[in-house]
Amino acid sequence: MKVAVIQLPGSNCDQDALFSLRNDLKVDAEYVWHDQHDLTGFDAVFVPGGFSYGDYLRCGAMAARSPIMESVRQFAEEGKLVLGVCNGFQILCELGLLPGALILNAGQKFICQDVYLKAENRTSPWTRSAEGVLRIPIAHGEGRFVADPETIQQLEANQQIAFRYVNQQGLLNQEANVNGSMGAIAGVLNQAGNVLGLMPHPERATNPIFGYQDGLKILGALNPCLASKESLEPALAH
Amino acid sequence: MPLVRVFVTLKPSLLDSAGKAVSDSLLKLGYQEVEKVRIGKVIELQLESYDEARVKQMCSQILANPVIEDFKVEVQK
Repeated sequence: MKVAVIQLPGSNCDQDALFSLRNDLKVDAEYVWHDQHDLTGFDAVFVPGGFSYGDYLRCGAMAARSPIMESVRQFAEEGKLVLGVCNGFQILCELGLLPGALILNAGQKFICQDVYLKAENRTSPWTRSAEGVLRIPIAHGEGRFVADPETIQQLEANQQIAFRYVNQQGLLNQEANVNGSMGAIAGVLNQAGNVLGLMPHPERATNPIFGYQDGLKILGALNPCLASKESLEPALAH
Repeated sequence: MPLVRVFVTLKPSLLDSAGKAVSDSLLKLGYQEVEKVRIGKVIELQLESYDEARVKQMCSQILANPVIEDFKVEVQK
């Protein structure tokens, strides 16, 4: 498994992603600069967080029109794994690979804290190992997921809602939905299930040094043998 | 040379949380007549020539996101 970590001007979670993939997921990972076109030899794409193009115009708007993202679109249409985290999620929505959009948090503030997530759909590669309640950090100002009511209905019907914000017990409530997202949606899948966008940062929860490793239950899609290793189970329990 | 102004605003169905914050501030300053505030942006385009279809294409392709925003075009020839 070789993962392309896309670097855009203003990406700032690219190094976290590369470290997590190489060190904790034990997969090959290389940076790919935004003005490149070629994804030959890669099996998966990670679009990391940050403030690409300074968030000018709209978060992810200009990044979605950069040369590499057209290749990412084709890559995704071939059914290969694509993950967008935080700004990466915003970019995949702007690109039209994922439905909806992410706008200013309902409380207007930038939120940097741990959240609890629950996987809704357990059939996609990204959510297959996401058992129970996951503790993952967020850090965003514009993470409120919105879409028109018909789109939300379609997402529900097609099982495209990957994760929702819940409380520690795994229950939905207003307090747990930290940014005011519609349906407390934290992550969505494309219809085929190979593309995932999510606001929380699984790459910041893969190493024992952080105190929790629930990110492995999502990123484990990139290294299934590691995700299913029983030796990981004690570390994952908290 | 035509000057085009594109007004981009959040769709009315969406909560404009920045607009809400400004509205609260205006009320605190005593402007009780304020019922609602919506914030958008103005994009000025200086063009060599104006073609309505092309400007609309610019708006829907990048200047506005049709999922969350509406746009209005004003031309000064």
